[in-house]
Amino acid sequence: MSTFVLLTITGLGLGAMYFLIASGLSLIYGLMGVLNFAHGAFLTVGAYIAWFADSHFTAIHSVTLRFVLAALCGLAAGAVFAALVELVLIRPLYLRHIEQVLVTVGLSLATVALIQGIWGNDSRLYALPNWTSQTTHVLGASIPNDRWIEIAAAVLLLAGLLAFLRYTRYGLIIRAGVENRAMVTALGIDVRRAFTLVFAIGGFAAALAGVLSGVYFSSVDPGRGTSLLIFAFIVVVIGGLGSIVGSAAAAVIVGLLQQYANYYASSGLGDLSVVLLLAIVLLIRPGGLSGRAAT
Amino acid sequence: MARLAVAAGVVLALAFMPEYGFGLGKVFDGSLDSPGVLQLLAICLVFAGLALTYDLLFGFTGLLSFGHALYFAVGVYVCDIAITRWHWSFWTAVAFTAAVGLVLPVVLGSVSLRVGGIAFAMVTLAFAQAGAILVQKNPRRWTGGEEGLGYDFERVPQTFVGILNTKHLYWLALGYAALVGVVAWWATRSSPGHVWQAIRENERRVEVLGLRPFPYKLLAFVLGSFLATLGGIVYMLCVGGASPDVTTASFTLALLVMVVIGGTGTLWGPLLGGALYTYLDRRLGDVGGSHAIHQLPGVLRVPLSQPLFLLGVLFILIVFFLPGGIAGLATRGRAGGRALRRLEAALRPARGGA
Amino acid sequence: MSALLQVEGLHVHLGESHVLQGVDLEVAEGGVTALLGRNGVGKTTTLRAILGLVPRRGRVTFAGERIDGQQTHRIVGRGLGYVPEDRDVFAGLTVRENLELAMRNGSARWELVYGLFPELRERGRQRAGTLSGGQQQMVAIARALLNENRLLLIDEPTKGLAPALVTTVAEVLERIAETETALLVEQNLAVVRRLAREIVVLDTGRVVHRGPASDLDDRALVHRLLGVA
Repeated sequence: MSTFVLLTITGLGLGAMYFLIASGLSLIYGLMGVLNFAHGAFLTVGAYIAWFADSHFTAIHSVTLRFVLAALCGLAAGAVFAALVELVLIRPLYLRHIEQVLVTVGLSLATVALIQGIWGNDSRLYALPNWTSQTTHVLGASIPNDRWIEIAAAVLLLAGLLAFLRYTRYGLIIRAGVENRAMVTALGIDVRRAFTLVFAIGGFAAALAGVLSGVYFSSVDPGRGTSLLIFAFIVVVIGGLGSIVGSAAAAVIVGLLQQYANYYASSGLGDLSVVLLLAIVLLIRPGGLSGRAAT
Repeated sequence: MARLAVAAGVVLALAFMPEYGFGLGKVFDGSLDSPGVLQLLAICLVFAGLALTYDLLFGFTGLLSFGHALYFAVGVYVCDIAITRWHWSFWTAVAFTAAVGLVLPVVLGSVSLRVGGIAFAMVTLAFAQAGAILVQKNPRRWTGGEEGLGYDFERVPQTFVGILNTKHLYWLALGYAALVGVVAWWATRSSPGHVWQAIRENERRVEVLGLRPFPYKLLAFVLGSFLATLGGIVYMLCVGGASPDVTTASFTLALLVMVVIGGTGTLWGPLLGGALYTYLDRRLGDVGGSHAIHQLPGVLRVPLSQPLFLLGVLFILIVFFLPGGIAGLATRGRAGGRALRRLEAALRPARGGA
Repeated sequence: MSALLQVEGLHVHLGESHVLQGVDLEVAEGGVTALLGRNGVGKTTTLRAILGLVPRRGRVTFAGERIDGQQTHRIVGRGLGYVPEDRDVFAGLTVRENLELAMRNGSARWELVYGLFPELRERGRQRAGTLSGGQQQMVAIARALLNENRLLLIDEPTKGLAPALVTTVAEVLERIAETETALLVEQNLAVVRRLAREIVVLDTGRVVHRGPASDLDDRALVHRLLGVA
């Protein structure tokens, strides 16, 4: 029983990271039709900037405060980087989806290589507050505290995104744009501003996933974004491109399935079963679990 | 006819490469007949052919696969495992690998081609990822996991073994690139080849004409994949075994980059793009380590010493300013932008509008 | 007097087909100009080209300013309301959200819209996708009326509606026509006769006839141009 609880919480923590990446991917694809391969780069940049800031904020003595401030720097870096990518590289290729995707592929190659050049191939350790590595007892299981941070961050982001989409004018424009972009412009709205905004949101969420992955693994390495991106893609597709709630549900399913299969069947089988799940879902429902709508 | 003569001339000139006792200055690290240079050239030629097999799917038929690495990896790993772990004779191993390289894409292709656009890209990615995971997992210690698997020297024809025989590997790789070139030339001019290009332009219209696109797409998928598997066998011989980097999604993305750099939907574009990418990837690393670069200030030194950074930037520049790739230069961009634009359909969602 | 909207030599290529081959037309201030023609001659494309929703070539002048090089949202912002073919309401949004999205500034004419379509007020929280075809048409028209526009582009507002609803929509359009200027694409000639002041007839991407709406009383002409009795 305690193992099961631990697996479940860990699976949810993993799913939380997948969701953070997938939510941005899904919004970007839903609104703009761009499959963003640079999303992993946003994550890696965010995680590295947080690490870099943390190692330079030596004047702050509280480890927790220092880490929180560093994390905020990482998140800001992710959002700004993503917004710049949209403005400089994606926008000039408006409506040329193939070229946009290719540019994100090139950008992901270049960014990862640049990070390797600056900070090396080896992973960099995160200096974390002690309480993150301690455990909490739940139903007889000892749960590492970082899992709670991951889950809480994902839940907050989900709630925030949903509220943003439901109650703000830009949220309204994004939801409408996912359905029919041309008609939004025909109502006199400059939909491209929403493009920059979803990139910034996506970059922010990806950077958050990056920082949290740094907490989860206690370190960050240049390949982090790429390796998480593949599972995030799977989550997005299973959940239905453009659907935030679908992504959240799929992220939970994928995270749990991975943990359970890795433990109860054999190590490595978790990843395989996720891949298999994707193939099955796509062949039965090519639109993913939720169809298509930005909610 | 003139083009054919040029192509034959190029192959012939390349065939005599191991006889050229001179170097090309800084282009290569040694004279053209030295084993190191010949091995680099052999690998370039394998990737030239491999990029063209990917272009058969992507550029000619409009199938955006993110799983082409799988079929190349089948060539590398199945052949290596059959020789090294199962102790089969070389030719039995090759025949078996070829058979797998034919059956696997028939099976996986008929499953994944049931969906189109992004869904197809993702299903192919998923199958390839399954392959990558399998290799990582190292079942029965067959694949060697992260370490990879060097081949058993005893069971490979001796003419391909040893540093002095590098020129034989070079010829083998040249033969492979030429074979892919000839097959692709012939296939894209055959009547199914015309249907492929019609599917790329507008699949609906092909259906309206009363043709079922599915068998034609499957044919392109199987042909491209099978040729990739053959390339895998040659590569395995050239580098002396298998390593897991050929199974990854990044590997397929690199193929995509090669094709676009060379010129999507052309024959010699991807051949050139594949060779150039591979050359730059390996050679820029050496240049990056050179003395001249080391003396530069960090702002310049760090990016210049990363081949993939330079390739990524080059790639973005090509997408922006030369969408027809290198081949588009020759046609002064006429075929250029259009070739990519035509592929929009490859990214459309399986259903629903965008 | 110069026209409110002036279209000269408008060309549109979609894929390999040359859909508009030099359309010339004018819409005068006040009243309804009907754009007529058989199926597939380019009526919808003409409206979409004016709005910049398809790549186009040619000269389009609106209220004295060139708009053919501008982006759709800017063109619309100059005071063009669009009621698209097939309505294109946002199915996942509520009726109220569909209308709020269309608001271009603070001075939305809610009273006018709810006066014309009281049903939309009651159904404010209903998802537009669950409305009937006629109700969706009301949302589409209401979206265009919410802002004060100088010109409405209305594409087949009665298409696919039950006869009773056609009458309702036509009555609404008649009331709108009293105060607004519109370029109307419409297949139903009875509706056109009720609404239009001028007519423009398209055939295979070109304008083949222009004249007062009374030309529709000429049966031979109507038969020749539109293939209907």
